[in-house]
Order: sequence, then structure tokens, then C-alpha cells
Amino acid sequence: MSAIEPPAQRIWWNQPIDRVEGTWIAIALIWCLILFAMMPYWHVYGKQNLSNEAYRTTPEAYAAKAEAMIAKYKVRTHEQSGMPVVHPPAGSDVYLIARFYQWYPLLEFEQGKSYRVHLSSMDYQHGFSLQPLNINMQVIPGYETVVTLTPDSSGEFTIVCNEYCGIGHHTMLGKIFVVKSGADHGK
Amino acid sequence: MANNELYRVCPRTGLQYHKPAELLMKANAVAAVVILLIGGVLALLVTLTRWPAVHLLPADGFYQALTAHGLDMLIFWIIFFEIAILYFTSSTILRCRLATPRIAWLGFALMIIGVATVNIAILGGDSSVMMTSYVPMPANPKFYLGLILFAVGALLGCFIFLGTLVIAKAERTYEGSIPLVTFGALTACIIAIFTIASGAIILIPTFLWSIGYVSHIDPLMYRVIWWAMGHSSQQINVAAHVSVWYAIAAIVFGAKPMSERVSRGAFLLYILFLQLASAHHILVDPGISSEWKIFNTSYAMYLAVLASMIHGLTVPGSIEVAQRGKGFNKGLFEWIRKAPWGNPVFSGMFMSLIGFGFIGGISGVVMGTEQINIIIHNTIYVPGHFHATVVLGTTLAFMALTYFLIPTLFKRELIWKGLVKWQPYLFGFGMAVFTLTMMGAGTMGVERRHWDMAFTGSALGYQYPGSAYLMMGLVGISGMVAIVGGALYILITVGSILFGKRVEVTGYSTAQTQLKMPVASAIEGHGNIGVAGFSAPGTLIFAFMFLAIFVVYYFINWKYLASVWPMG
Repeated sequence: MSAIEPPAQRIWWNQPIDRVEGTWIAIALIWCLILFAMMPYWHVYGKQNLSNEAYRTTPEAYAAKAEAMIAKYKVRTHEQSGMPVVHPPAGSDVYLIARFYQWYPLLEFEQGKSYRVHLSSMDYQHGFSLQPLNINMQVIPGYETVVTLTPDSSGEFTIVCNEYCGIGHHTMLGKIFVVKSGADHGK
Repeated sequence: MANNELYRVCPRTGLQYHKPAELLMKANAVAAVVILLIGGVLALLVTLTRWPAVHLLPADGFYQALTAHGLDMLIFWIIFFEIAILYFTSSTILRCRLATPRIAWLGFALMIIGVATVNIAILGGDSSVMMTSYVPMPANPKFYLGLILFAVGALLGCFIFLGTLVIAKAERTYEGSIPLVTFGALTACIIAIFTIASGAIILIPTFLWSIGYVSHIDPLMYRVIWWAMGHSSQQINVAAHVSVWYAIAAIVFGAKPMSERVSRGAFLLYILFLQLASAHHILVDPGISSEWKIFNTSYAMYLAVLASMIHGLTVPGSIEVAQRGKGFNKGLFEWIRKAPWGNPVFSGMFMSLIGFGFIGGISGVVMGTEQINIIIHNTIYVPGHFHATVVLGTTLAFMALTYFLIPTLFKRELIWKGLVKWQPYLFGFGMAVFTLTMMGAGTMGVERRHWDMAFTGSALGYQYPGSAYLMMGLVGISGMVAIVGGALYILITVGSILFGKRVEVTGYSTAQTQLKMPVASAIEGHGNIGVAGFSAPGTLIFAFMFLAIFVVYYFINWKYLASVWPMG
């Protein structure tokens, strides 16, 4: 009755379950149920969840919304990169463009305030990876994701692209500067 | 037929080989090892590039090598070996003729043409799209075509396996039910057919898109369906290597399943609860609801995880029962202390079991949790996880099986017997450290599929902590150890097949013997072994240790998640 021979009994499914197996299956099943329960539990009591808000869009429509936002909330030009830095008011919609090989524009948030961050790609798929926190989201052309971020720490955070997007993939970085609430943001 | 002298019985193992099946198994196994060699050279290049102190290849060469490495290893090496396993577990174990060997050769030819086409496309430089080839990033049409040809060939192999089961049943080559190992292979085959169907649904339109016949492939739909192939194909590996574990436990120890219905029931759970495994890959994708994600990763009960936890207990449990039956019955752990650690068939299999369960299994469930995925998705933690499941789990199990197959199938003694003993340890420990350090680096935010963690040439710049560089350095060093272990496997295998001492065998004859049911014994239990009414108490203690690590690690990750910015 080894595993490369047929079962010794024709009616093998009546064979009693070994005590070791029975004990383990019962415990393992309870653990599996806990594994499942944690996910809905976190949606109710946890603070880190992805919203289910998403829309179909086109690169043109999305870029137009982003440009309008930049025109409205641009506070300075980042010297090193020449990219615009926007400082949108708390609670507003912030449009971040992913494209070869940029996260555009640079964002400035206030600590403790919430922002509705929109993400979409102009070309291939990209990956939003906020370092050093390690918050990761997939960014897909034709789809616009909305996630509400509430920075609870201040400083300079970097968006790394973590979906392979081409030869310049490793140069695709963005920034979120988080300043203390009410601080002078260089206007 | 003119010549019916088609069967030989291996004098050492008692296995009966059908000549056409034997040739096909050899061809598929040899193709697998050749591809492993190519994939191994690519692994060396990829690892030496990701090792920050070396940073060997330029960016284009790196992405090219990484694309080819992924496909050659994860798809081609493993599936060629699995086709050999399907023929072995049907024709050889059931003592049956193989169904339609000519069509099996056609399948083999298609697979070879597919592998060549894909590799040529990647070599051309215009198909560095990674294994996943996410649209709208285009590859050369040959890239998709090669994958389709390979899949059709593999599908033929699956049908030949099923046909052989039908013949075995009709010609009564075995008594009772099919053995557990064949049952496990059948599970792998059924999952493979689902996998290949999913692949066809997405790759055929993508191929048509690449030649201009289809205008648009929705990138999100692509991800959902592609991963129904990409993830399910890894479930083929799980079912296949679990079968190999049972086979090796039976071969080395004469171990019998603790109870047939538990082990078979666990295989059935794989078929019933794995199928939308693609959900694990789109946990942080837009446009898919949390309800869908949570339900389809768990089916509310994680019964596929339960199945693996069952196999993880019953395989060593059956070994413990067999060892105790042989007199190694002292205390809790004499059975494992006195196991044949110098036999690479056993040591490779046991390290595969431990590595798959403790490293690959736990990390897989943790990162497959909807919210925890936020802090892991697309970091180098992910390849850390799947190198533990597919390399430490599947590849090491197949290596262990190879050492059994060379004398019985290839009729050659192993060369370098002293060195063979060390191969599973070298490869296994190298790979274990490699996977753990990759996961460590991923936790610090190092990305997968990324040429330069220093972001050279970026207008903005970011500096990872020194510990992330340390981890990636360790990834490089342990990767080299594993590659030496892998190279040793290839040298031993090829060397034994070419230069090993010939094993005395009987010739082919017309005689075909039936696979008999073993004499029933002690069906009501495992006799007077074990401790406190438990037949395999040592294994149960190992299982509790596993569970304790699992629970602690799982909640550590929730705590880590709770420390990042609130989001919703």
C-alpha cells in the first residue's frame, strides 16, 4: 500500500482517518478561517485599505485633468528636475500621471491631511511604490484609480516605478513632500 | 504488430517500462535539463546584475536575460520535466502501454519548436517584455506564437496521460484504484488543462494584436486572464512535486499514505479551490472590488492552503510511520535522525518539503492577503516567495527524483557518488538564504524587475538604506552558492547519462505483468507504534512549530501594514 501501489482496500475511502491527521486538519482549518476573517475585519477596523473607486479613462482626458490641477495648485518649480510642484488643498483631487519615465507632477502634502490621489498611466503599465514606506499599487493605462492618502509622517517620500516599463524604468521616480500643517511651502 | 517485445522490468525497482514511453520520458527529461542549463546561465547573469557590487549587465541585456530566465525556468524546464513525470506515473507505474506515442512525439516537437521560437524572439532584442508580457508593451509576434506552440504541445502530453489512464483501466493493467502518486499526477494534469485553456484565451488574441488583427487588448483583462495561466501553472508544479514527495517517500522508505482518503481529498481540494488564483496578482489593481479579491483569494476558507498544510503533514507523517515500523520508534525524533541523510533522493525531497512549506508557503499566504499585498506587491519579496515555491520546492524535488530515475530509466549508475550527496544541501541551503534575503530586501522596498537600485540617471534620485544593499549583496552571494549547486546537478546528470557505469538490465520482452493490490494489513491502524496514541507524534510537533511561525509572521505583517500611512 505504498503511494506507488494501489490502495490495499478497494473501498479505501472508508479507511479511518489517522488521529494525527484528524488533529492537524481541525487546527489547520481553524487557522484558515482566521486567515480569511482578517481581511473583512481589516476593512472595518483597519486604517490601510484600498478604495474600490476606479474609472475608465483615456490618456488624453486624464492628462487634461492633471494639467488643470497643476495650473491651479502649482507652487514652485523643482530646481533639480525642472518639474512643477503642486500643493493642493486638503481633501482635494490630486492627479498623478505615470509615463515614460516620470511621475508627474511632484506633490506637496500637509501632514495629517487627507488627499484623493488619482493614478493613471499615459502609456504602458507602471507601478506606484512609495518609499521608504513601501506602499505599492498597480497603475494601468485606461484606468483611473482613486485612493485617499493621509500622510501621518513628514519629510521627503519617493515614488519608485515597480512595474517594468522599458529601458528607462530604473530612472522613473517621483516625489511626495510632506510638510507640517500650515508650514510655509515656498509660495 | 511485428514486434511486440516492448516491455522491460527494472530489476532493482520492479518498475515496468514500455519502450516508446521510456524513450519519450528520456527525451523530455533531457530537454528539461538542457533548458535548465540555459536558464541557469541566465540566472547567473541576472543575479550578478542585481548584486549591487557587481552590476554586470547593461540595462537592455538585463531585461532580456530576465525575460528569458523567467520563461526558460518557470515554464519550459518545469513543464518538460512534468511531461516526463506524467508518462512515468501513467505508463510506468500503472504497467501500461503509453497511448499514441506518435502524437506524444508530435507534442514533444511542438514544445521544442515553441521553446526555440520564444528564445529566438527574446534574443532578437525586441521581446524583453518579461515573462508576463503585460500589454500594451509589445513583443515580437514570434514571442506569443512560440508560447502558443509550446502550450499546444504540452496539452497533447496531458491528453496522452489521460489516454494512458483509460487504456490501463480498459486493459486491466492494475487492480483496484490508481496509486496515490498517479492520482496526484492526474490532479496536476487537470490543472494543466485549465491553465493551458486560460493561456490560449489570452495569448491567441494577444498574438493577433501583435500582428495587427486585433486593435486593442484591455490591460486589466489581460492581467486577470494571463494570471489564470501564470498562477495556475504554478499549481501544476505544486501538485506535481507533492506527488514526487509521496513517490520518494514510497521509494526510499516504502512509506504508505497515512490514510488514502485524506491525501486524495487534499489533492481534490487543489482542483476545486485553486482556479481563480489569478486574484492574488491583482490585489492592488484598479477596477476590481475588494469583495471579489477577498473571495477569490480565499473562497472564504483557504481550502487550497489547507490542502498544502495536509500534504505537509501526511508526507513526513507517512515517513515517520514507516520508520517507526522499521524499529526507529524511540522518543519523538529517532525516525528523522536515523533517516538516510546521505541519500540525495531523500535529502533533496525533504529539503524541498521544508523549503516549500516554511518559506514559500507562509510567504505566499501572507502576501496573498488583500491588504498585506499593499506592502509587498512588485517588490523583490515576490520573486523571493516564488523561488522558494518553485525552485526550492519544485526544482529541488525534481532534482531528487532525477537521482532515482538515472539508474532505473537511463540504466546508468550515478557518477561522483560522494559529491552527489552534497548537491541537494548546496542547492537547498543556497536557495533558502537567497529567498529569505530577497524577501528581506523586498520588505525594505527594493523592487523586482529593476536594473538599478541606485537609480543612476534619474532627475530625482533616492537612496535605499544600507541594510537593503546588504540584503541584495547576500542575495548575490547565496545566489552564487545555489548556482554552483545547480551546475553540479547538471554535471552529475549529464555525466551519469553519458559516462555512468551501465546498469545490468533484462531485455525487452512481450511479457506484461499486472500491478497487484498489496496484501491488506493493519487497515484499522498503524500497529503498536508512536507515542500516546499518535502514530506520528514527531511530525505533529513539526507541524505545530510550522503553525507557530506562520501565525507570528502573519501578524507581524499586519503590524507592519498598520504602521504605514492611513489609506482608503
